[in-house]
Amino acid sequence: MIRRVRIKDHWSERRIFTVRSLVAGGIMSVLLLAVAGRLFYLQVLRYAYYSELSQGNRVRIEPIPPSRGLILDRRGVILADNMPAYQLEVIREQVGGPAQLDDSLRRLAAIGLLDADDLPSIKRTILSHRPYESVPIKLELTDQEMALFAVHRFQFSGIDIHTRLSRHYPFGPLAVHALGYVAAISASDLAHIDPATYAGTTLIGKLGVEGAYEHQLHGTPGFREVLVNAAGRPVTREGAYRPKLKVKAPVAGDDLVLSLDMRVQRAAEEGLKGLRGAVVAIDPRDGNVIALASSPAFDPNEFARGLTGKEYAALADDPDKPLINRALRGAYPPGSTVKPYYALAALHFGVMSPDESVFCPGYFHLPGSSHLYHCWRHRGHGEISMRRAIAQSCDVYFYNVANKLGIERMHDFMSQFGFGHRTGIDIPGEKPGLMPSPQWKERTFKNPASRVWFPGETLIVGIGQGYMLATPLQLAHAVSIIAAHGRAFRPRLVVGVRPPGSNRVQPIPPVPEPSVQGITPDQWGVIYDGMEAAAQPGGTVANISVGAPYRIAAKTGTAQVFSLGRDQKYNAAQLAERMRDHGLLIAFAPVDDPKLAVAVFVENGEHGGTIGGPIARKVFDAYLLPAQRAGAEKPAVAAAKKP
Amino acid sequence: MIYDELSPSRARRTLSAGGRTLRALRLDGPLTGVLALIICLGVLVVYSASGQNARMVEHQIGNVAIAVAALILLARFATPQYLRLFAPLAYALGVLLLVIVDVKGHVGKGAQRWLDLGIMRFQPSEIMKLAVPMLCAWYMHERPLPPSWRDLLTMGVIIAVPTAMVAVQPDLGTALLIAAAGLIVLLLAGLQWSIILLSLPLLAAAAWGGWHFIHEYQRQRLLMFLNPQNDRLGAGYHIIQSQIAIGSGGVFGKGYMHGSQAQLDFLPERSTDFIFSVIGEEFGLLGQLLVLTLYAIVIGRSLYLATQVQDTFSRLTSGSIALSFFVYVFVNSGMVSGILPVVGVPLPLISYGGTSMVTILAGFGILMSLHSHRKLVGS
Repeated sequence: MIRRVRIKDHWSERRIFTVRSLVAGGIMSVLLLAVAGRLFYLQVLRYAYYSELSQGNRVRIEPIPPSRGLILDRRGVILADNMPAYQLEVIREQVGGPAQLDDSLRRLAAIGLLDADDLPSIKRTILSHRPYESVPIKLELTDQEMALFAVHRFQFSGIDIHTRLSRHYPFGPLAVHALGYVAAISASDLAHIDPATYAGTTLIGKLGVEGAYEHQLHGTPGFREVLVNAAGRPVTREGAYRPKLKVKAPVAGDDLVLSLDMRVQRAAEEGLKGLRGAVVAIDPRDGNVIALASSPAFDPNEFARGLTGKEYAALADDPDKPLINRALRGAYPPGSTVKPYYALAALHFGVMSPDESVFCPGYFHLPGSSHLYHCWRHRGHGEISMRRAIAQSCDVYFYNVANKLGIERMHDFMSQFGFGHRTGIDIPGEKPGLMPSPQWKERTFKNPASRVWFPGETLIVGIGQGYMLATPLQLAHAVSIIAAHGRAFRPRLVVGVRPPGSNRVQPIPPVPEPSVQGITPDQWGVIYDGMEAAAQPGGTVANISVGAPYRIAAKTGTAQVFSLGRDQKYNAAQLAERMRDHGLLIAFAPVDDPKLAVAVFVENGEHGGTIGGPIARKVFDAYLLPAQRAGAEKPAVAAAKKP
Repeated sequence: MIYDELSPSRARRTLSAGGRTLRALRLDGPLTGVLALIICLGVLVVYSASGQNARMVEHQIGNVAIAVAALILLARFATPQYLRLFAPLAYALGVLLLVIVDVKGHVGKGAQRWLDLGIMRFQPSEIMKLAVPMLCAWYMHERPLPPSWRDLLTMGVIIAVPTAMVAVQPDLGTALLIAAAGLIVLLLAGLQWSIILLSLPLLAAAAWGGWHFIHEYQRQRLLMFLNPQNDRLGAGYHIIQSQIAIGSGGVFGKGYMHGSQAQLDFLPERSTDFIFSVIGEEFGLLGQLLVLTLYAIVIGRSLYLATQVQDTFSRLTSGSIALSFFVYVFVNSGMVSGILPVVGVPLPLISYGGTSMVTILAGFGILMSLHSHRKLVGS
């Protein structure tokens, strides 16, 4: 067997090694060049791209919410301001995944900081924000709630207490239906606001001035560039180097000056205390709304604080409906308060002369019809002329007027005073009411038999019943036109704007509307006489002017809730409270130089004079007499702090 | 003047004194100088990358001191004869320690790479980075080159056993480095080109098989390497942030301690595996090319020294040390710049950490000793 014996050949082995080393050196050079090429690609060719990524990595833009504009009354009393409040906020990406978010919310509910029923809506709000945004989930924590969270804080990552400016209403529920309120931005709000403008803003105006002037009150947010580390946590230091970070200060919202006078507003709300109803007071000289009250009211501070679902449901389901703004949204038959207007129409169209008498036997019937239309005074007023017919609110007189005018002329004339269409007040939610006409009836009803206008309906509209509907705001607006001898202004709440950082209020001029033309001073005088007589002994609302140092003109009204049969007598005692008639009153004063026009509406108030007279008088006194009670402007501390 | 005459001679005396010291310590001047430069640079970068953590820098200087001591001792006393005697012992000891570590890891239910020696924690797999190539070189020392099939089989076993043991720890990066150190010996020993070419498909097959053998997280690392954009904040985060750091550095860098990626924690493992990205971010392309150039000088000088020695063992050991060093550099720089998958391989001599520093400087100590103790054939 031949076995090849290999021996070590040192020279050739050394040569092998040298060759291999050279080859390895070549390969290594190529590979190192590949790395160098890769570095060149990253650092030179893609420099801009990676540079931007690195910048985006470390700088986060944090919004600085603007401070919301203040709301002041005509005398500069603050009605809405901002106060620091502690709120619970969550940053989704720091909490973790959806499971951890659910878990954290559930545990917050378990320790009593959130209401378990609200969790789905809270979660929806959180998910509608970006993962790194801080989303408020509970506003205005009390001291106890702060302590409660502090104890459990270690269990909640990504959830913390922040100080933010919250809205505060020093007067609590006073004037809430004029001011509106602010509440947490809901998912539906997000659909129609610019998310960039509202980044960092917690509260948004709802209804009233807060809602209508949201854009002006909100202001412009600023921003601050924040250095963050990989965990998203803001840091101040980056190595030994502090980068220049941009900051843009926010611009606060405009302060708004309202036409409201808190003394008058308080008088109106005190008058309505315990009642369901509304009071609107307008200065006939410029359309400024001096008081706008709807009762019952609610405390807007609770909305700023954040209502739980249960608390909100309690408000919404309250049978007295405190959330409804009756001054704008309550449309009721205006009753006899329409009589001065029809009297004016009768004079204007020449169908009646001021001193022409009509005999009131207590009822009226159309020629060729046996149907009787009753006067409220069943025994009748006897011979009665225009002034006394207004003062005593004789229905038969106005059946005659209506019969002579006809519905077409009545509709057109009343429209000039704003009946049947919105006044255009600068806060949202107003109802248009209804001034019926044959055209309206034909448009509205489906059944051919119902589409015909019956002459009897004209009579009913003539005493402000039937289809006719008006809001308390419309009543006040209409009577302010009478008080101004036909001059009309659009009612408004905001009369001036104070830009941020300025202490000069820029007044907003009143908005004139087409005035009522073709009425002679004598004709106005007849109506004034009739309405002033109504406020005197023997009139329907004699109580209003007892001891008043100025002259008051007024007209009462009663709107039927419950239709009586032909021969039934109205017996208040027998009717359930909610079936009683609504009481209405319109008035203005002083008669020789009208400065305030008022409409009072009391739901189920039975008689406008009895219940509305004292309320209207309080409002007039508050506005026309020098301040008697110095404390009137001061916020009622007890009321504001009511839990 | 007197000074004019004295100054140059004093300077020359100082230089020659330095040279004498180096020679006495059996150190190679150029290699020692460049290594010192890299280490000093590394300490500076660790200071920045650790977020100006003085304690970490102190600790790293301690690591350097231990590693330099190992280098000097090995360079002075580890003669080729001792090393040849020691190679099988080191290998056996390494295997024994790996068994202990693997068993402990199995009991402790988790990755186990460390042995706690009380004074310092010690990674037995590091021994293998030197012991495997040394045993291969030892094996080939008396045998003719190129290696026969039997030799290849034997060395295959020598390489495979520790590689497998480290891979199951699991520490894929170190396992690959151990295998590479051994395979480099085979290549330098004159492994036939035909075998090299034929083995490439076999390696591909092995890689396919290995895919089913490795751990899930290792598989993830490979997958994310293939498409890092897939999951920005998940598995691919390391690579993306590393590339952002390097790319945003540009040509000149953001300046020492001014790298936002590193300083704000966006960069993971910034003072260890991803420290090369910190260099890229703070010193730019120029800084990284400087570091790569220094590494290239080290590799070139080492390889040159390897060609100067006279016996097979010394040659193969030195060559393997030189080329392994290249592998570390390439794998790490390739990983952070995104041309290689993420494997846990530190940047040699710069990354924070004592174990790899000691292993590498020990390797260079051996390399210098083998060179300075060479028999000068024919002189």
